[in-house]
Amino acid sequence: MTAMTIPAQIPTGDRADEIQVYDLHKSFGDVEVLKGISLTVRTGEVVCVIGPSGSGKSTLLRCVNMLEEPTAGRIFIINEEITDPDADVDAIRTMMGMVFQSFNLFPHLTVLQNCTIGPTAVKKVPKAEAEATALKYLDEVGLKHRADAFPAQLSGGQQQRVAIARALTMNVEMVLFDEPTSALDPELVGDVLDVMRRLAEIGMTMMVVTHEMAFAREVADRVIFMDGGVIVEEGHPDQVIGNPQHERTRTFLNRVLHPTHVHTGEEDAAYAARHAAELGSGPEASGELPDPALRTDNPGRSRL
Amino acid sequence: MTTTTQAGTVGRPKKLSPRKRAQRIRLVQYAILLVVVVLLILNVDGRQVQSVFFRTDLIQVTLTSGLPRALLNTVLYTFGAFVFGLTLGTLLALMRLSQVAPYRWIASIYIEFFRGVPALIVLLAFGLLSVAFPGLRFPLDPYGTVWTALGMVSAAYMAETIRAGILAVPKGQVEAARALGMPSGMAMRRIVLPQAFRIITPPLTNELILLTKDSSLVYVLGLTASAFELTKFGRDISNSNGNLTPLVIAGFCYLIITLPLTFLVRRMEAKAKKAR
Ligand SMILES: Nc1ncnc2c1ncn2[C@@H]1O[C@H](COP(=O)(O)OP(=O)(O)O)[C@@H](O)[C@H]1O
Ligand SMILES: [Mg+2]
Repeated sequence: MTAMTIPAQIPTGDRADEIQVYDLHKSFGDVEVLKGISLTVRTGEVVCVIGPSGSGKSTLLRCVNMLEEPTAGRIFIINEEITDPDADVDAIRTMMGMVFQSFNLFPHLTVLQNCTIGPTAVKKVPKAEAEATALKYLDEVGLKHRADAFPAQLSGGQQQRVAIARALTMNVEMVLFDEPTSALDPELVGDVLDVMRRLAEIGMTMMVVTHEMAFAREVADRVIFMDGGVIVEEGHPDQVIGNPQHERTRTFLNRVLHPTHVHTGEEDAAYAARHAAELGSGPEASGELPDPALRTDNPGRSRL
Repeated sequence: MTTTTQAGTVGRPKKLSPRKRAQRIRLVQYAILLVVVVLLILNVDGRQVQSVFFRTDLIQVTLTSGLPRALLNTVLYTFGAFVFGLTLGTLLALMRLSQVAPYRWIASIYIEFFRGVPALIVLLAFGLLSVAFPGLRFPLDPYGTVWTALGMVSAAYMAETIRAGILAVPKGQVEAARALGMPSGMAMRRIVLPQAFRIITPPLTNELILLTKDSSLVYVLGLTASAFELTKFGRDISNSNGNLTPLVIAGFCYLIITLPLTFLVRRMEAKAKKAR
């Protein structure tokens, strides 16, 4: 129902709205994957998109920067319509970074070159200036000392942090994250989330598809729960994650936070443990959690 | 473990174990090799072989009567044709992958045609072009003619290799590049092609080796002596002396070119593995 409260009329003209999506539909062949999505992300806001696998989260994110062409609907990025057939999509894309689940660093370029190729090739920033910017952001993600390494020489967590630095070196207004930690070994997830948390703190506009409920709960200003190509529930994280109103949301959260086959494999167990731990250390751990057993504090993950 | 083995041996006492059998087969192979070598040594007249294939005075003559020039020509013909083929091959590969259907058709027809026709025919045709169209001259003749003819043939082969290389680059690479705001052409040039060429360096070097040998077809163009490449050069001296030595030397010269290329590929492959 919350989705209905989003204004249905076209642009507000408000500079504070960085991403505006109006009645977005996307079909692959006969299959409609997005069935009318409307949302707004305001400047400095962190919006986490959660939902079961296949619900269309990635497709939504990819439509926002036109990696997928919407079937219908309109999308505005800082009041420029990226879905306009006459829009300069490439120019609009330079304003938003994208971080992929599988990192997608350029393997033939060094870490530093990965960061500078966008600014120098696309925005014609002088090389020295781009390198200075890149090193600044690499420093911030803790990888300045690996600037001359090749991506293959880095761990997954390090690669993902480079990918974030690569996006930031473009001096973007906003960053889209598509499950940035899903491909990582559990022990590497924390470093990437730390970087994202700091990014949120300095006021970056972020749209984050994630399964990290503790992160969403702590960092997000708003959480959107998607299922079957529609927004089912949307609102403050304490509400959507802590006190979900819809049965579908509850079912989903139950499954993510409390996998039923914990006993079937170590991986599942580790996954469950991680989420349990993260949730337990969240700031609002006393809210109505789907399972009270998850509220145990875990000092090992306290930095989350 | 032990019990199983014992049971096996006990059950079939006369059969050899697989390891014993392999050993015995190897032994037989060594024996055959030994017999062949001994027969060769006993039956072949070493001095005659030497005088036919390695006659000292002819080696002298061959080395001093323009071999460096012939070697240089072989390299020049090959390298020029390779550059031509690589450029045209890349263009054809991109056409094969184009959204525009007619481009795909043209590229396909080209590729099928030049892969199905002997390189010799193409070279002959190009040699006759200047006769058929008086006034038509390739720049740097005969080099221009050879580069174009051999380049056009090898482009057809390289196009398929390059296309496969482009397709082998993960889709996420283009997406990451486009997400940075790169137009598709730039993403292809800066991100996809460098990775594609890294992937296909071994088959492309193979193509370079094949081209080196194909350059021996150039003799059909009826060249002046200064444009002779290794094969034509060696053959002429061999003919006039009724001896194989000059041809053998020419053959070794090809190895001087092709063997280092093979080693180079190995090294590049090792390096690429590290960077990937
Ligand atoms: N390129 C594509 N072609 C066809 N179907 C696709 C494509 N991309 C995604 N889909 C389908 O769209 C649905 C939603 O996918 P996706 O957006 O990746 O979901 P999520 O990210 O929420 O897991 C899935 O059923 C998926 O199979
Ligand atoms: Mg996804």
